[in-house]
Amino acid sequence: MSSASPTPTTGTAGGTRRRRRGPRTWLAALPLLGFTGLCFGLPLGALLFGAVTRTDPDTGATALTGEHLSRSLQGPYLGSLVGSVQLSTLTALLATILGVFFAQAVATSRSRALRDAVLTASGVLANFGGVPLAFAFIATLGISGVVTQLADLTDLGWNLYSFGGLTVVYLYFLVPLMVLVILPAIDGLRPQWREAAENAGAGGWQYWRHVGIPVLAPSLLGGFVLLFGSAFAAHATAAALVGGSVPLVTLKIADALSGNVLVGQENVALALGLDMILIAGLVMAVYLPLQRRSARWLR
Amino acid sequence: MAAMTPTAPGSEAGATAGPAAQDPPDGHLPGPRRTRSRRPRAALRVRRGLVLGLGAAYFLVPLVASFVFTVHTPGQGVSFDAYTALLSADGFAESLLLSLGLAAATITLALLLAVPALVAVRLGPPRLRPVVEVMCTLPLVVPPIALVTGISTVLRWGPDHLSRTPLYQTFLAVQNEDFPFVLVLAYTVMALPFVYRSLDAGLRAIDVPTLVEAARGCGASVTYALLRVILPNLRSSLAGAGFLTLALVLGEFTIASILGFRPFAVWIVSISGAHARMSVAVSLLSLVITWLLLLVLSRAGTAPAGAPVAARADRPARLLRGSSLASRTTRKEP
Repeated sequence: MSSASPTPTTGTAGGTRRRRRGPRTWLAALPLLGFTGLCFGLPLGALLFGAVTRTDPDTGATALTGEHLSRSLQGPYLGSLVGSVQLSTLTALLATILGVFFAQAVATSRSRALRDAVLTASGVLANFGGVPLAFAFIATLGISGVVTQLADLTDLGWNLYSFGGLTVVYLYFLVPLMVLVILPAIDGLRPQWREAAENAGAGGWQYWRHVGIPVLAPSLLGGFVLLFGSAFAAHATAAALVGGSVPLVTLKIADALSGNVLVGQENVALALGLDMILIAGLVMAVYLPLQRRSARWLR
Repeated sequence: MAAMTPTAPGSEAGATAGPAAQDPPDGHLPGPRRTRSRRPRAALRVRRGLVLGLGAAYFLVPLVASFVFTVHTPGQGVSFDAYTALLSADGFAESLLLSLGLAAATITLALLLAVPALVAVRLGPPRLRPVVEVMCTLPLVVPPIALVTGISTVLRWGPDHLSRTPLYQTFLAVQNEDFPFVLVLAYTVMALPFVYRSLDAGLRAIDVPTLVEAARGCGASVTYALLRVILPNLRSSLAGAGFLTLALVLGEFTIASILGFRPFAVWIVSISGAHARMSVAVSLLSLVITWLLLLVLSRAGTAPAGAPVAARADRPARLLRGSSLASRTTRKEP
């Protein structure tokens, strides 16, 4: 930061402002950057290092190897990656659409109570993943679940412990998450924009097509990525629900980490972790530039 | 944006007055517009009711069914054994307290790290912004199970390489059974994206530089401006960040179980094998507990009942006007 501000428009006030703020703002952001560097960067580095190296147990020598990574992209490991991606894409897509409808319904109704209730409920339910959720659904739609018994769902071919069952369960925490993410953005749609569109003769669909959805696009994409990440990373729900019957990468990693540890097995877990990060990173790389480009409308 | 820009006044030239003529016939304007849109509004309400109804059904049925499952055994009638036995169950109180303690520490740490950084992003050099954003968003890319593989690898360095150095004590202290601080660190990393989103949305709604400048113009110090002007305006998004973090920590299972600690979620699983009914009961209970906590927090976090909810259009003006007033009125509140 240069000490003298040459901008004539802001005058002396702008000059003093700039001089004082420059260094301080950096300091305020420093703890966060340091923390993420240490507590996030270090484990990540360890993961990366472990995934691409191999330590000889006898000599202690460490050498680079692609063995773990290539093993993680073969056979059942590859199947689990593909299964995870399919499940996450499907559930995130469904939840994005449902969440927008739901948030829009909440935003357009004037009821403050409804809004508060939905927001708190979403806050709770969005993180109601994991084991409690699995148990709730086992009690509801499992083999001896209440709803299964009442509606004779088993005769209709319903099976909770399958891909379709997992989709239904995942939506239970993904849709509220989407509501949480998208509701502020939908609130950010100014009523004046709608009025302007109506004055210009636009119908409801035209308004959404040309104003609403373009303005919401970054938030929609952001929400989708968030949901994909949540579904992709979900471990406990799937572990409690399906055991091994649906191949998912998180289950494979937990197996490799905690199960019967063969030599080198742990490094395959690290390699699988790296695969997961790469896939999620790819989605992120698509999302971030898009978001930055169109986020200006909701400022 | 195409629909907004072209010929807004021209296309409706007949009955509806253009914006230029809006001032004199003030009473006329609502009339035609309301009749024009009454029928769509009714359809809209029906559709909204349908959406909300279906959503409510999907989200309530599992909860109700779980409750029925815990109290009703087919052929034996209703009993509340699953709940009464729970209260005396081994480890219930300890694991719950541990989870709450972890959550409190995580929320504190995450907010202490994120709030200054995010405000700094608004005030400071523009290059800082993408750095902070990427740092806060990156943990989203890394699933907890991948993070925990990394963490366990790092923790294993302790005994392997550092047993002679003072750093080793840190490794041990961080893994203390009674309060595993390593979990706080991991949870803070996981919570950062949510905290960032919540705070960023809140900061986006207010004009931080202008507010700070106005406060500075009135003679306030930067610290005073942040504490008395910016933070009160951020209350709801601070509370939102707190909610998300709390719920995240209370429900977290993967990291704690793989590292071998026993907070609430891990404890639930450990009893699930023996008592199916009790595990469902405790799952419901954990939901209720989370819900209650969030209600208490949201009561504390939202604006006081007397505060006017101004139209969004004049929000910046209201914030400027009300920022000092708001903090003064909240201090009067109990």
